[in-house]
Amino acid sequence: MKSKSKKKKIVVSIWDNKRFVVGFTLLMVFIVLGFIISNFSPYDPRSWGTVPEELPPSLKHPLGTTSLGRDVFWFLAEGIKNSLMIGLVAAIVGGAVGVTVGITAGFSGGVIDRILMAITDTFIAVPSLPILILLAFLFKGRASIMVLGLIISIFSWAWPARQVRAMALSLRERDYISMAFFSGEKPYKILFFEIFPHVIPWTIANFINAILVAIGQEATLAVLGLSALEEATLGTGIYWAMQYQAIFRGLWWWIASPVVAMIILFVSLFLTSKGLQEHLASRRS
Amino acid sequence: MRFTNYLVSRIVTYFVVIFVSMTFVFLIPRFSPIDPVAALIGRLTAQGNYMDATALEAMQKSLKETFGLEGSVLEQYANFWKRILLGGDFGPSYAMFPTSVNKLIRESLPWTIWLLSLTTVISWFLGNIIGAITGFKKDRWYSKVLENIAMIIRPIPYYIVALTLILLLSYIFPIFPMSAGGASIGVKPSFNWTFIKDALKTAFLPALSLVIVGFGWWFLSMDALSRDVAEEEFVSFAEIKGLTENEIMFRYVMKNAMLPQITALALSMGTIFNGALITEIMFSYPGIGMLLYRAITSADFNLMMGIITISVFAVATACLVVDILYPFIDPRVRYR
Repeated sequence: MKSKSKKKKIVVSIWDNKRFVVGFTLLMVFIVLGFIISNFSPYDPRSWGTVPEELPPSLKHPLGTTSLGRDVFWFLAEGIKNSLMIGLVAAIVGGAVGVTVGITAGFSGGVIDRILMAITDTFIAVPSLPILILLAFLFKGRASIMVLGLIISIFSWAWPARQVRAMALSLRERDYISMAFFSGEKPYKILFFEIFPHVIPWTIANFINAILVAIGQEATLAVLGLSALEEATLGTGIYWAMQYQAIFRGLWWWIASPVVAMIILFVSLFLTSKGLQEHLASRRS
Repeated sequence: MRFTNYLVSRIVTYFVVIFVSMTFVFLIPRFSPIDPVAALIGRLTAQGNYMDATALEAMQKSLKETFGLEGSVLEQYANFWKRILLGGDFGPSYAMFPTSVNKLIRESLPWTIWLLSLTTVISWFLGNIIGAITGFKKDRWYSKVLENIAMIIRPIPYYIVALTLILLLSYIFPIFPMSAGGASIGVKPSFNWTFIKDALKTAFLPALSLVIVGFGWWFLSMDALSRDVAEEEFVSFAEIKGLTENEIMFRYVMKNAMLPQITALALSMGTIFNGALITEIMFSYPGIGMLLYRAITSADFNLMMGIITISVFAVATACLVVDILYPFIDPRVRYR
């Protein structure tokens, strides 16, 4: 009975994956909040003293206000946008480098493969935070959202590189690749037209994961006071709340908003990427 | 001699990791668009420390020495390594002058090592054992519940879990000190009951948040791994042979699924360490992370360099130790 119903449905839709649906819906809410709603802010969410201080949540200020006279809701919306931007920059740069390194290593093999993998393994094993701290420390005051994304991407390419290499190794043995090769196709053409299409769906799942990691890294730097403190990000939201002892002074809305937003954002990103991976795995088998 | 080969390749990797990361640490201040010496002096004076011209010049000179900015780049690089390898002296701390950086690190390192090794071991074993059970019995209700909980914990970074714990415990269940660290102030580490009790109380919350996050990771990957192993033919064979469920679960499934988990443990040492640094800061736990935070806030570059160097060595060594333990668990590496 079970196998019958399975057979009927040959094309499995991604929307049948509950994890993906939940994660993606939540993610959309964040994207709308960050990239559309944040533009309607009645005042610059970063500037101090635009609203009365330390008000609890009300209709006028849905998430309350801070000791700096910022509206928590608009600061959060702007912060979601900037955090997602940092994540995107790091994931794009890291993903591009990772896929390039992984494919090069997997397909050339031999000495090139060994050298590239030694470098990759080093980047995976190195304690990235102390080195990021050193970098951010020297950049402090000048780091913009873009620069932060780039700094974080220094360590975000290594995992993808390793996994793409493993995929490349298995792809290399496929007949149609040898076929293309022996029929005199140029190597870069094989790379772009025969191999990339196979790596892309998987890359998307990994890409989302990279965004997640990068947002976390930025927030880590922010908690240490090493992010772009004058900008609004989820991390700086936590930083300012901690600096003004929001927890101990009972200003729970100030600290809880970025924390809760971050938890939901992380879970939604994770579920989206997990759902995608599961979907791909089920399609393959 | 598979074992020797394995060992040699791991030790080579160890030195490569240290070499590359220390080269990074060397290069970053030199390639940064900001002159680190000027930036540091700017920061120190901005904190309100008045310095006259001669003191400023002396400061500049000593900072240049600290950064090793004298001589050609190659000379600087050689000196940089010489300082690390011969004695590893990082000079005095600026913020806590004249205490030496080495002494500060020596005092806080044991706190971090204890917290980190204990929580890593606990969360790794807990995650693996429970993950093996739920992966093997994947249709039970508790497997599904645990999996969904872990799905939510898994992506959340350490400090968010730490903050959530702080929020919960400060508003809802005020049992533990919100920011611990009280034990360390003025109390010399010794083996008496009050100290141990204080230390346990200090360490409880940071340890709890580290264990929660670690459990989420190890549980989820073990769950997935043992599901795969449970499909293997040798498991069906064991079932046909009439072994009990527990025997199959622990001796067949878990033992095999654990191997990639050991490699994963070695690879994620860096991430775990990063997490511990942040968690310590969140709870004012008197370890390396807290020291690093103090170094950052007071622009104490000597202390920062010292801690970063120690972290690189510590993480690389921890990886090596786990990797060396691997052959004792996987007989395929041990024997030919």
